[in-house]
Amino acid sequence: MVHLLETHALTKQFAGFVAVKDVNLRVRKGHIHALIGPNGAGKTTCFNLITKFLQPTSGSIVYDGRDITRDSAGAVARTGLVRSFQISAVFPHLTALENVRLGLQQPTGLTFSFWKPTRVLYRLHDRARELLEAVGLSEFADTTAGEMPYGRKRALEIATTLALEPELMLLDEPMAGMGHEDIARVSDLIRKVSENRTVLMVEHNLEVVSTLSDTITVLQRGQILAEGSYDEVSNDPAVREAYMGTGGE
Amino acid sequence: MSGPTTQSADAPTRRLAGLLIAGAGLAVLVVAPFTGLYTVFLMKLMCFALFACAFNLMLGYVGLLSFGHAAFFGMAAYATGHVVKEWGFDPFLGILAGAAVAGAMGLVFGAIAIRQKGIYFAMITLALAQMVYFFCLQVKFTHGEDGIQGIPRGMLFGLVDLRDSLNMYFFVAAIFVVGYAIIYRTVHSPFGQALKGIRENEPRMISLGYPVARIKVMAFTISAALAGLAGATKSIVFQAATLTDVHWHMSGEVVLMTLIGGMGTMFGPVVGAGVIVALQNYLATIGSWVTVVMGVIFVVCVLTFRRGIVGEILARLPHRR
Ligand SMILES: Nc1ncnc2c1ncn2[C@@H]1O[C@H](COP(=O)(O)OP(=O)(O)OP(=O)(O)O)[C@@H](O)[C@H]1O
Ligand SMILES: [Mg+2]
Repeated sequence: MVHLLETHALTKQFAGFVAVKDVNLRVRKGHIHALIGPNGAGKTTCFNLITKFLQPTSGSIVYDGRDITRDSAGAVARTGLVRSFQISAVFPHLTALENVRLGLQQPTGLTFSFWKPTRVLYRLHDRARELLEAVGLSEFADTTAGEMPYGRKRALEIATTLALEPELMLLDEPMAGMGHEDIARVSDLIRKVSENRTVLMVEHNLEVVSTLSDTITVLQRGQILAEGSYDEVSNDPAVREAYMGTGGE
Repeated sequence: MSGPTTQSADAPTRRLAGLLIAGAGLAVLVVAPFTGLYTVFLMKLMCFALFACAFNLMLGYVGLLSFGHAAFFGMAAYATGHVVKEWGFDPFLGILAGAAVAGAMGLVFGAIAIRQKGIYFAMITLALAQMVYFFCLQVKFTHGEDGIQGIPRGMLFGLVDLRDSLNMYFFVAAIFVVGYAIIYRTVHSPFGQALKGIRENEPRMISLGYPVARIKVMAFTISAALAGLAGATKSIVFQAATLTDVHWHMSGEVVLMTLIGGMGTMFGPVVGAGVIVALQNYLATIGSWVTVVMGVIFVVCVLTFRRGIVGEILARLPHRR
């Protein structure tokens, strides 16, 4: 199968306002696919639809050849489609290690074992430390997540997401609000983790998008405006006018 | 705090401290009836402490305020009273039956209410509990305004005479310890970790593939069953199960106990229950003014130490998360 994820005429209406309209998205297996567009274009709404945090008004979502339009958010995540959030989504009062461990715990089947001591989770620590090391957070293992600098929190989220070995990672503006140094680090990280998985990401930083992504979809007012490689998209007259022409970002 | 902190390094020390505290607690329980305190008072205290701890599992560890926990406490009291008095159950089996009834109710109520948050959750649990109250007012076996009176304490396992107040005391203490241990374990288990995750960031837990609703229903069921355990035990201690136990006042009281003691702490609800039960006992002479005094205490608590008694103490200890 070439496309890991496909949406067909995906539409979401909020009380009369159409946030996403007839979106046909096709994400190729193994690609880094970027979803860009001005504020309010419907990017996050698309993510919410695909991950079933929102129920589409119409249209369908096919993941790995299976229709997941009716699945619950939890079920979608368990099939290997895992998202991150636009706003930082760590567990602030848990340590970095415990954050990642929560990711690792989910597939173990231990979650309902209320009669077992927390100690049974310690066997996940080695893997958790490996993941923390992979995102450059080794020395933060015992730091409470809420006390970590912003850029590190985003890296921690990626580590937690990776704990589930997702086949498709959806990253919503993983670099928003980051300084140059953090951007470079997280870019490298995304490139590294995408080697054996597929990434769909929303990102405003066009430099990052141009260097990272294989395919770009431009969204505007809930509709797809253009799609293709960075060169194709950036030379598209409609995009130049509607997006870059307005100054872009 | 700046830079990495090491908390896992002192794990053995914390374990030792935990064991010492547990040992001290057990010692207090063993010694208490010989200090001149009334055993009935102590038993009442333990029942309410367990009730508050069970309630705190939802409020403090899941972040959901149930305003209907009296339904579990009271129905379990009725169920135990009925099976012990009318069907001749062994007191221990009777108490288990009461807790089981409460647990089953918790499962159903939880399934209905759990998708709601905040005030809506509180309202639905209150509404369901009001229905239970009405049910108890109407059906025969609860004996309406009179309640079930004269529930025999009987012989535990046919061996131990529970009419002896000291025997009864240690039976209640054992139930309290087991109930408390179940709550402690639940909080400090893989399941407890998932609860923590849900309290801190529910959408993230969903995105990690956790069946969040089922986890919450499970927590609610455990909480209800243990609230039932408390109510069931109370009905044997006082040999009565009445409408007071299912009334919404009771739901309010357990909220009060938990908040005064410190929600989200293991020991806070015990302290809170102690404060309220002691007040009710020692101020019984001033009649309905007790309610006013409790109200004042509650307001003072909320205004001055919001974390509750135990919560404040913990927050002031150095190096505590
Ligand atoms: N739950 C909701 N109810 C009503 N309107 C909504 C809801 N969620 C999003 N919208 C609207 O849908 C439109 C698209 O929002 P969305 O968050 O998807 O944009 P976005 O492309 O992610 O923007 P940004 O770049 O600012 O993150 C916006 O106009 C927003 O106000
Ligand atoms: Mg967005």
